[in-house]
Amino acid sequence: MVRVFIPGDTTACALGANEVAAEILRQAQQRGLEVEVIRNGSRGAFWLEPLLEIDSDHGRLAFGQVSVDDVFELFEAGFPRPCEHETYLGKVADIEWLERQDRLTFARAGLTDPTSLEDYKKHGGYKGLKQALKMSPAEIVDEVTRSGLRGRGGAAFPTGIKWNTVLNTPADQKYVAANADEGDSGTFADRLLMEADPYQLIEGMTICAMAVGASQGYIYLRSEYPKALMILEQAINTAREANLLGDDIGASGRDFDIEVRVGAGAYICGEETSMLESLEGKRGLVRFKPPLPAIEGLFGKPTVVNNVLTLGAVSTVLAEGASHYEDYGCGRSRGTLTVQLAGNIRRGGLVEIPFGTSLRTLVEDFGGGTASGRPARAIQVGGPLGAYLPASQWDTPLDYESMSEVGAMLGHGGVVVFDDSVDMLEQARFAMEFCALESCGKCTPCRIGSVRGVELLDKIGIGDERSANMDLLEELCETLDGGSLCAMGGLTPMPVRSAVKYFPEDFERGLEDL
Amino acid sequence: MRVNCLNSLTTVLDFKNLYMNPSTGNHATVVTRAVEKYAETPGGLLPLLHEIQASLGYIPKTSVPMIASGMGLSRAEVHGVISFYHDFHDEPRGETTIHLCRAEACQAMGSRLLEKHVKSRLGVDFGGTTKDGRYTLEPVYCLGNCACSPSIRIGDDVHARVDADRFDQLLDMD
Ligand SMILES: Cc1cc2nc3c(=O)[nH]c(=O)nc-3n(C[C@H](O)[C@H](O)[C@H](O)COP(=O)(O)O)c2cc1C
Ligand code: SF4
Ligand code: FES
Repeated sequence: MVRVFIPGDTTACALGANEVAAEILRQAQQRGLEVEVIRNGSRGAFWLEPLLEIDSDHGRLAFGQVSVDDVFELFEAGFPRPCEHETYLGKVADIEWLERQDRLTFARAGLTDPTSLEDYKKHGGYKGLKQALKMSPAEIVDEVTRSGLRGRGGAAFPTGIKWNTVLNTPADQKYVAANADEGDSGTFADRLLMEADPYQLIEGMTICAMAVGASQGYIYLRSEYPKALMILEQAINTAREANLLGDDIGASGRDFDIEVRVGAGAYICGEETSMLESLEGKRGLVRFKPPLPAIEGLFGKPTVVNNVLTLGAVSTVLAEGASHYEDYGCGRSRGTLTVQLAGNIRRGGLVEIPFGTSLRTLVEDFGGGTASGRPARAIQVGGPLGAYLPASQWDTPLDYESMSEVGAMLGHGGVVVFDDSVDMLEQARFAMEFCALESCGKCTPCRIGSVRGVELLDKIGIGDERSANMDLLEELCETLDGGSLCAMGGLTPMPVRSAVKYFPEDFERGLEDL
Repeated sequence: MRVNCLNSLTTVLDFKNLYMNPSTGNHATVVTRAVEKYAETPGGLLPLLHEIQASLGYIPKTSVPMIASGMGLSRAEVHGVISFYHDFHDEPRGETTIHLCRAEACQAMGSRLLEKHVKSRLGVDFGGTTKDGRYTLEPVYCLGNCACSPSIRIGDDVHARVDADRFDQLLDMD
């Protein structure tokens, strides 16, 4: 039977993959051809979705941007055998956009059926846990520390140090909480990992549990990701049946299980202490630190909170060794960087590359410029709390330190491109509006100041006492900066100030321009 | 997932079962059952509220006392949680929720224009339900589909590169 791969991924389906899959089965049935449709994960080349693949003697062959209307023609041309068609892209392995990447965390994405444990193991899965089970907890933590892995959720905190704290805090119960809230706009790497390679997260969490002595794990998943939920639930059940979760994992004498908890549409619940409150069934109010979650976390117990990508990377670190992972990257940014190319971009999707690549390379070489064909004007890096950068800054290398030198941050790796039709005052206003909407309410500057920020920008927009209001806006940014308990209020000034600094002309229009 | 005939494909595609446990019995039964199910779950209030909302479409105000006593919380605590999260609602809603992404990647691809169109086509603002009771419109801040913006979610289905025409087409097909 011929195998046809059609991603079951959210974006692929949003572009019609389900309809294409159904049409392929229909056409095959009519022609008496036997095909097996496999809903693989996406490779993250979202601009090519729906990306159809078939097996051949020369490896997997690809057909890109396939629509329902193409399916009949494809069969006429000889599909599911290799055939000539305008959607035909040749060997998957030769697609330059993919071939130029260094896939570690996303090596399996798109290759496999995400829910198949067998596929996962066949492609190197559970090698890391097997290693870990031979090591002492301290050795596992040491391996993670030596890899140089830093948290991928935004704050870039060294993972090994966090784990070490949990390991060395005695308690009758410890937890691992995977942060799958992925609230940053312009990001989808966690989603892709969970939908394309869910066992990697499960394995990473299990390794973490073995390292720190946790017996219960939670995945805090945002409600905006219904497909990821379905796939995770299925993978967790399968892992349980295979004794890779539950009691006495792999006859190691150790217990660990995972439960998925669905969030309820609050951006702030991605902040780790807010997430813990939410997991406890409460309002997502940010907690004061200390105590650190590593010491008093979920239900007051020592808890590792890590991003999905961080936990996923741990599987690679343990499987291939710390030095293999550390070999990628530059300076204090080790391993690979997962960038999500989004917004007004021709070839958007997930790009996994070594740290240190420039924004320009990313957006021009990988991204192929804007989708609209107009010149790019601003790029927002690092989610809604990240800076807007103008062309003069696009040669900055993408690593944690270089970005912070230009007043920006990498965050979770979101890169959102805007063309020259963007109004930067609108963008600054949106940053304030978003802060007002999503503030947990604990600090006055964040709760009230943001509303005031929206009003100020509205006045500036109509040229009302512009220079006085611009001064007030800067003062407000200072207040937010200094008077916020967490980065929601604390970093809202970043997009606002960068817009003002790099695009002053957008704040200078007066009444006469309206 | 592997499928080799159309029937099995439809089951695979039927994600809606996940959230929608078709409501059986009256409100009180649904609430009592959910409370029984989650009373012993550590931090079980969120899953409990999700379950009630999935069954009834909203969390009736009248159910708050029952939830509170079942979960060992005060009414104020339960109310506080319902009002904190954007997903929870204590008023009846349209049959289907349409989530329109208002976040940056979608803005970069024209979501502000799309927002105007959607509101006028449905005749509602955010939070509003169409006169025929079919749709409630809500804003959402990212659906993770940002490489192919603008994005909207109708029920549990996300749609990519949606402009005004495509939106009308989706409504006509729904
Ligand atoms: C407002 C706010 C939102 C956040 N949202 C997320 C998120 O959606 N996902 C995430 O992993 N981390 C998020 N973080 C960072 C977490 O607080 C925390 O640093 C992270 O989960 C730790 O994991 P890591 O060390 O693996 O990065 C957010 C932080 C703030 C202040
Ligand atoms: S800065 Fe805002 S979100 Fe953060 S704790 Fe204060 S009020 Fe809550
Ligand atoms: S910003 Fe709209 S889907 Fe991500």
